[in-house]
Amino acid sequence: MRRFWSWSIVGLGVVYFFLPLVGMLEFSLKMRRGAYSLDAYASVLADARFRATFGYSAVMAALTIVLGVLIVVPTVFWVRLKLPKLRPVIEFITLLPLVIPPIVIVFGYIRLFNTSSWLPLTGSTLGSDILLMIGYSVLSLPYMYRAVDTGLAAIDVRTLTEAAQSLGAGWATVLARVILPNVLVAVLSGAFLTFAIVIGEYVFAALLDRPAFGPYLVWAGGNKAYEPAALAVMTFALTWACMALIQLATRFSRHTRMQPK
Amino acid sequence: MPRAHLRHLPMTWVGVAPFLIFAVLFLLLPTANIITGAFVDDKGAFTLVNLVNLFKPEVLNAFALSIRLSLASAVIGCVFGFAIAVAVSLGGLPPVLRGLAMTFSGVTSNFAGVPLAFAYVATLGRVGIVTVLLREWFGINIYALGFNMISFWGLTMAYVFFQIPLMVLIITPAIDGLRREWREAAEVLGATPLQYWRMVALPVLWPSLLGTLALLFANAFGAVATAIALTGSLLSIAPILLFNQIRGDVLQDPHLGYALAFGMIVVTGLSNLLYVSMRARSERWIK
Amino acid sequence: MSFLDLSGLRKSYGANAVVKSFDLTVEKGEFVSLLGPSGCGKTTVLRMVAGFETPSAGTVRIDGQEVTGLKPNQRNIGMVFQAYALFPNLTVAQNVAFGLKIKGMPAGETRDRVADMLRLIGLPEMGSRYPFQLSGGQQQRVALARALAPQPRVLLLDEPLSALDAKIRVSLRAELREIQQKLGITTIFVTHDQEEALSISDRVVVMNAGLAEQVGTPFQVYNQPRTRFVASFVGTLNTVEAQVLDAGAGRLAIHGAAVQMAVPPGTRGKVQLALRPEAVHLGYGVDGDVVLPATITAVEFMGSVIRVRAACADRIMALDTFNRPDTPPPVVGAAVSLSFKPRDLILLEG
Repeated sequence: MRRFWSWSIVGLGVVYFFLPLVGMLEFSLKMRRGAYSLDAYASVLADARFRATFGYSAVMAALTIVLGVLIVVPTVFWVRLKLPKLRPVIEFITLLPLVIPPIVIVFGYIRLFNTSSWLPLTGSTLGSDILLMIGYSVLSLPYMYRAVDTGLAAIDVRTLTEAAQSLGAGWATVLARVILPNVLVAVLSGAFLTFAIVIGEYVFAALLDRPAFGPYLVWAGGNKAYEPAALAVMTFALTWACMALIQLATRFSRHTRMQPK
Repeated sequence: MPRAHLRHLPMTWVGVAPFLIFAVLFLLLPTANIITGAFVDDKGAFTLVNLVNLFKPEVLNAFALSIRLSLASAVIGCVFGFAIAVAVSLGGLPPVLRGLAMTFSGVTSNFAGVPLAFAYVATLGRVGIVTVLLREWFGINIYALGFNMISFWGLTMAYVFFQIPLMVLIITPAIDGLRREWREAAEVLGATPLQYWRMVALPVLWPSLLGTLALLFANAFGAVATAIALTGSLLSIAPILLFNQIRGDVLQDPHLGYALAFGMIVVTGLSNLLYVSMRARSERWIK
Repeated sequence: MSFLDLSGLRKSYGANAVVKSFDLTVEKGEFVSLLGPSGCGKTTVLRMVAGFETPSAGTVRIDGQEVTGLKPNQRNIGMVFQAYALFPNLTVAQNVAFGLKIKGMPAGETRDRVADMLRLIGLPEMGSRYPFQLSGGQQQRVALARALAPQPRVLLLDEPLSALDAKIRVSLRAELREIQQKLGITTIFVTHDQEEALSISDRVVVMNAGLAEQVGTPFQVYNQPRTRFVASFVGTLNTVEAQVLDAGAGRLAIHGAAVQMAVPPGTRGKVQLALRPEAVHLGYGVDGDVVLPATITAVEFMGSVIRVRAACADRIMALDTFNRPDTPPPVVGAAVSLSFKPRDLILLEG
C-alpha cells in the first residue's frame, strides 16, 4: 500500500517534470514543416550573436569562478584556523545574497557606482564588465562558500597547516600547495554550480547592459519561434553536465580520501 | 602582554580583510545605499514620502500579486516536494530512485530563469505539446477554457517547476532526521502509521516545513527572469516593477525605486528570518 | 503453560540466516536476558517478538495467543530502545501518556497513570520537561515509563543501557530490576554486556551465530558453561590443557601434576579445561589443591579486586585476589605458586 502511494507520487512527479522537458525538446525539433529536424539548433549555432553572447557569458563565468575562489578559499581557511569566533558572522554574510533579491543588489550597484560616484564602474565598458563579474561572485557566494567550507571540514586544516609550516612553508605555499589541492574537489563543485548559475543569468546582465547570454535568451524569446526551445534544451543539457561533473568530482574525492585511512 | 595583543590582532584580521572589504563594498554598502535611499528625498533630507508612495494602488497591487504568487507557488512546491521527498526516502522504493531524485532536483532547481520560461511555452503555450495533445486527443482546448500563461495561475505553475525540486533538496535531510526508533516506539505503543505521522513525525518536521516554506517564498519573490521572459514586462509584480523603474521605462522617480527595493528586502528578510528561527528550533529538537 | 513461547524462530535474509532456530519459553514475571556478541541474532529475536521483523519460520505466542502474524501495534507490548527514542516534540508527561492516548483512555485517568509512572521512575517533577532537557539516564527512565504506562503484557528492552555512562548504567540496571519485580512484568532484555545480563536476570540465554548456546540461571551459565563460547563470552577464562591418565577413574595430569576429577572426562588423550580467575589462588592452598609454579607478568589493581597475570608453563593464567589494605599487591617478575581445587575445573564440550 505504502509502496503504491510512493510510486504514484513519484510517477506524478515524473510526468510534471518531464512534460515540459519533452515539450521543449519536441518543439525545438519542429522548425522544419512536417518533419523533425535539427534546423533550430543549426539556426542558433549559426547566429553570430549567440556565439558572441555565449562566449561572453562563459568567459564571465570563468572569471567569476576565479574571483570566487580567490575570495572564498583563503577566508574559509583563515576563519577555520585563526578566527573561529568570526565564523557565524562570515556565514551570515555569505547567506545574504539568498536573502536580498539579486535585482536589489544590482540596483544598489547602479546607484553606488554610477558615473558621478567615487568609483564610477558603470561609466565604462571595462568597469561594467568588472562590476558584472563581481555581482556574479556575490550571487554565487553562498554556494561557493558552503562547498569549500564542507570540503575543508573534511580535512584537518590545522594539523596540515602546522605540518607544512614546521617544514618551512610560508602562507602562500601552504595555501597553494597544501590547502588548495585538498579542497580542489569542493572548489570544483562550487565552480560548476557557479557556472550553471552564471551562464543564463539575466537580471544583472540586463540592468548593467552587458551583451551576455541571458539577455540574448530573452531577446530570442521575443523574436524567434523555435530557437528559444533549442536554446532551452542546450541550457538544460549544460546544467545537467555541470551537475554530473559535480557528482563525478565528489565520487573522485571519496575515492582519494579513502586511501590515507 | 598588551603589546603582543596589539601586534596579534591586526595580523589575524588581515586574513579575512579581503573578504570583508569585498562584502562591505559589493554587498552591504549597495544594500545600505538602497535602504537609506528609501528614507531620503532628492535633496538628501529625511522623508517617509517614498514609503508612503508604496501604498499607491499600482504598487500595492504589484506587491500583493507578488506575495500571492510567491505564497501559492511556495505552498504548492512545499506540499508536492514534501510528498516526493517522503516517497523516495521512506516509501520503500528502490534506493537508486532517491539518488536520482536528488540529482534531478539539483539540476531542475537551477534550471530556472529564462530557459524555464521557454520550456513552459513549449509545453503549455498555444502550440505547446500539452496544449496540442489535449486538443487533439481529448478535444479539450485549454485556451478556450480560459487558461492564460501570463495569469496568476499560469505563472504559479511555472514557478512550481523550480520550487518543488528546491523543496526536495532542503527537506530530504530533515526527513532523514526522523529516527527509526520514533516510528517503532509509536507502533509498539499501538499507534497506526497515520497516528505516528500526525502525533510525532509532522510535529517534528513542522519547523523545517514552515522554514522551508519561508525560503521558497523568498526564492519566488525575488525571481524576475522567468516572469520577464514569459510575460515581457506585462505582469505587474514587484520585481518587474522595480526592473522597469531601474530601466527608467515607466516612472522617473528614483526614490520610488529605492522604496520598492526596500519593500522587497523587508519581505524577503522577514521570510528568511522565519526560516532561520524555525531551523534553529528544529535543530534544538533533533539532537 | 508458559507465558511467552517462542518456538522454531528463524529469520533469514536471502541465503543469510541471522537467526537459525530459536526456542525459548518465559514464565510470567520472569526476567530473561539474551546475551551475545553483536550480530549473534539477539536483537533480531527481540524484533520478531515485537513484530518489526516477520519470522521466516516459527511462532511467537503470548499468553496462549499466537501473535506471529500481528502488527506491532496490535500486540500490546512495551519496548525500550537503545537511545533517543523519546518523541522530541512531546514533553515527558506527553511521552508517557502517548500509549494511553492511543488506547483512548480518559484524560483524568491518563493524568493519574502518568503521575504514577513518573513516581515509579523517580522523576515526579519532570513531567513538563522536553526530552532534550534530560540526561541520558533520565531519558531512558522516561522511555521505560512510556513503555510500561499502557500495562503491556511483555516488556522488551533492546540494549537500553548501552548508550549511558558506566556509573549510571550500573545504578539504572538495579532500578530497572526493582521496577520489573515490583510490577511483576515478563521481560526480555537484550545486551552484549555479560555483567549486566548476569546481575539482573532470572535466566540468561547466551546466543552465538543465530543459535542459543545455553539457557540457564546466571549462576549456571557462569559456573557450568556448556561450551567454550559460553565460558569465554561470559566472564574471563583460563584454559588449561590436561592429559587424560585414566578416563574411567577421572584421573588427569596438568603439567605433570596429578588431578582427580569428580566427573570423568570420558575421552582419552588431551582435553581442554577452563578455570575462572577467582578459582585460582596465590600460594600452596590446602591439601588436595593442584599447585603449579608460575611467574607474575602483570598486575592490574582495580580497587577491591586485583587481577594478576602469571606465566605458567606455556600459557598465561589470570587470577583475581581481593585487595587487603595490609598487604601490598604482588610484584611483576616474582616467582609464585598457583593453586586451585580440581572441582573448580570446568570441562568444555566444544
